[in-house]
Amino acid sequence: MLSLKQRFDFLFRSTKGLVLVAIAMISLVTAIFGMLSGPMAELGVHDFVVRLLGIKLVEAEREGRIIMLYHSIAQAVVAIEVYLITAQVAMKGGQKVRINSTITVGYLTSMIFGLGFAYFGRFWVFHGLFIFGQSLVFFAGVMLAAALWPWNVEYHVKSRSYAHTRSGLDLERVAFFTMAVATLGSAIFGAVAGSNFGNGFEAFLAEDVIRQPYKTLLQDAIIGHLHIMLTLIAIAVTLIIGRWFDFKGPLHKIAMPLMIIGTIVISLGAWSVVVIEAAHTIIYVGSVFVMLAALMLVIFGWRELIREGLKAAGPKKSAVIAGLRRLLRDPLQFGALWQMVFMNFTVSGVGIFMAAKLDEVFRVWPWREERIVLTGHWHILSGIIATIILLYYADLAGLQGRARRWFGWSLIIFSNLAFASVTVFEMKRLFVSEAQQQPLVDTVMLLTDLGLAAVLVALALLMIWRLADLYWKRGRWVYELTETAGSGIDLTGEAAAPDRFRDPGAVGSHTAAAK
Amino acid sequence: MKHWLFLITLTSLLLAGCAPVGVEASSAVNSPPGIATGIDPDAWNSIPAGEFLSGQHEHPTAVDYDYQMMVTPVTNAQFARFLTDALASGEIKRGNVGIIDYYPGDVFHSVKHEIEISAGDYLLLPLDKDELRLVEDGDGFQSKTGYENHPVTMVTWFGAQAYCQFYGWRLPSEIEWEKAARGTDNRPFPWGETIDSHYANYYGSRDPFEVKTGKLGDTTPVGYYNGQTYSGFATLDSASPYGLYDMVGNVWEWTADVYKAQHYRYLRGGSKADYGYNLRVWTRNNAAPDYYSPNVGFRCARNAS
Repeated sequence: MLSLKQRFDFLFRSTKGLVLVAIAMISLVTAIFGMLSGPMAELGVHDFVVRLLGIKLVEAEREGRIIMLYHSIAQAVVAIEVYLITAQVAMKGGQKVRINSTITVGYLTSMIFGLGFAYFGRFWVFHGLFIFGQSLVFFAGVMLAAALWPWNVEYHVKSRSYAHTRSGLDLERVAFFTMAVATLGSAIFGAVAGSNFGNGFEAFLAEDVIRQPYKTLLQDAIIGHLHIMLTLIAIAVTLIIGRWFDFKGPLHKIAMPLMIIGTIVISLGAWSVVVIEAAHTIIYVGSVFVMLAALMLVIFGWRELIREGLKAAGPKKSAVIAGLRRLLRDPLQFGALWQMVFMNFTVSGVGIFMAAKLDEVFRVWPWREERIVLTGHWHILSGIIATIILLYYADLAGLQGRARRWFGWSLIIFSNLAFASVTVFEMKRLFVSEAQQQPLVDTVMLLTDLGLAAVLVALALLMIWRLADLYWKRGRWVYELTETAGSGIDLTGEAAAPDRFRDPGAVGSHTAAAK
Repeated sequence: MKHWLFLITLTSLLLAGCAPVGVEASSAVNSPPGIATGIDPDAWNSIPAGEFLSGQHEHPTAVDYDYQMMVTPVTNAQFARFLTDALASGEIKRGNVGIIDYYPGDVFHSVKHEIEISAGDYLLLPLDKDELRLVEDGDGFQSKTGYENHPVTMVTWFGAQAYCQFYGWRLPSEIEWEKAARGTDNRPFPWGETIDSHYANYYGSRDPFEVKTGKLGDTTPVGYYNGQTYSGFATLDSASPYGLYDMVGNVWEWTADVYKAQHYRYLRGGSKADYGYNLRVWTRNNAAPDYYSPNVGFRCARNAS
């Protein structure tokens, strides 16, 4: 009984356990509901799963189902980010516990009952609980924003290495706070419109109204909401990875103001979609700030990795080869930043090209084809965010040696293969005429399925490893639980960024997480 | 060594995916079996006046007149006959790349993304595309062998409208099309509640034509899904409540409506290259009126009187 309680404590009271549960829940949902579409549907697995689980699929409710599925997964991702933020950013112990427990109950309630409503019959109590769960997630967000309040002198930086104001205000904390507040505003933005369309269940997907010349304010709000929420999730993960790398120095000092301004401008741009024709231009401006900040993190992180390699190699070896070897030695650290770079080819690049050539190219294509590009690049961005989180989690989970390398490289190579293939699929009309697409479609579909399958296998193996670990009396979970016994968290600001709390001007070693 | 073996196997698999399936596919496309389905492409069925449930959210919508629609999409043989007759009579003419006709233009509202469709000659059908299933002979046009009763494709909205007008008919409005496909209940597909590969020609539906050409598929003869079994491939009767065939799948169908502030024309029904959910009767697609595709065809409507 005691051991059960200890395991429960690990899964629901430690940061690593909470992250593990959320990843496991997303994996489970992806595994089950992924079988209802794509190659699994073509292979007949769809029908088997529907019969086995008693899933009720009403054609007219497809869009509503998808919306609930997206929200269920997205809120679990948000929960993971919140767990990591409460662990990385200094705040009071009580605040951490309250935020984490509220969001855990929230996303689990929302996911379980939301999917129950969407896929297993329209039992309205479940719908109410789905909304209730979302409300708890929102309330946890309010508490997080309060806990992140950056103007508390207690949280001012004490090292000049980090972006700060003259008074010592921690600009990275301001960036976290801004992201949290913008996320709350954007959630309200979507909730208002969602309440309208949910009332009577005239649910629609944003891509289905994209070509309407006259959209209602609430339709525009839905489009703005989905874009800004995904963007803010990406901004949050960038800040989290910055903490992992102990991002600091001159680049940090430039990046954080850019991130703060960018977050504000993008959010205002997305919200103004309902009233201003030029909202897209505002969003582009904000995106430039945020992407520059992310670029600085990538430069910083890779430079640190190379520097360590050079230091270890000594003067005898070629500097370039030694640096490159170190850069690529740990795929988890390299990969988390590489995925941010790769995103530019498959998401930002596609988005900018699409915006530039919208009337000339994409609006010449039939609507359904434009829709494929839109949904494709949103899905890729979500996928990239997921892989970055998984790479970081694999590090937190203590993956070492060959398993670490195989997992990391599998995730990078196969996700890149899949996402690049999807991008080619989206853009196929640029390369081949409609009648000649079959060989190209066959090839990219095969590569996409191969890439995604390999990523899912790697994820499944990671999950099985951690699940099996729970059976051991002295598994890793015991160590991780002990690690958290004192404060309920394991990645305190002090642990994740040791320099942050040192004396002014002190320059310490690289991140504690770097191995 | 094991790593190398794995890499070589993986590379081989990837390269296998790049194999030139188009070579075999092309030859198969050019010599399909010309299957007689027993469904007459020249037939029309009546749709009575009355209310029906339109759209995904089932809004009661009135159509307060009787009208008729073609039982199947227009076939290659029918369109070849039209080209021959209309060219001979001077109703349509040849342009640089295909057949053209005069269109009086749309009202332009200068809304963002709207493209002006002014009065002038517009392309009905390109003649320089390999995908075209029509050939010219000394006397005019005819269908490529075996494709006579397949739906005509590569026709622009202007071409679809010109065909219908030539015979004194018109393209159906979106509402007329949807009522004809759905009837008066809330079914998502013309035949009922669910879709499987025996009902219609869509992406991955594994019909004999798709097996030869790949998942993007080839057109099936009109009325193919009528309950018959063809060389071991069993079909189910997919007629709409008003006895219309191929209302979904096979080819998207142009509809008549010209909406304020947009140059797009709307397409209904989904095609051989679309996933099954695109075949739900309320699904809309659109494209510029000069767009043509091997996945797009049309059928005509006319007033009951």
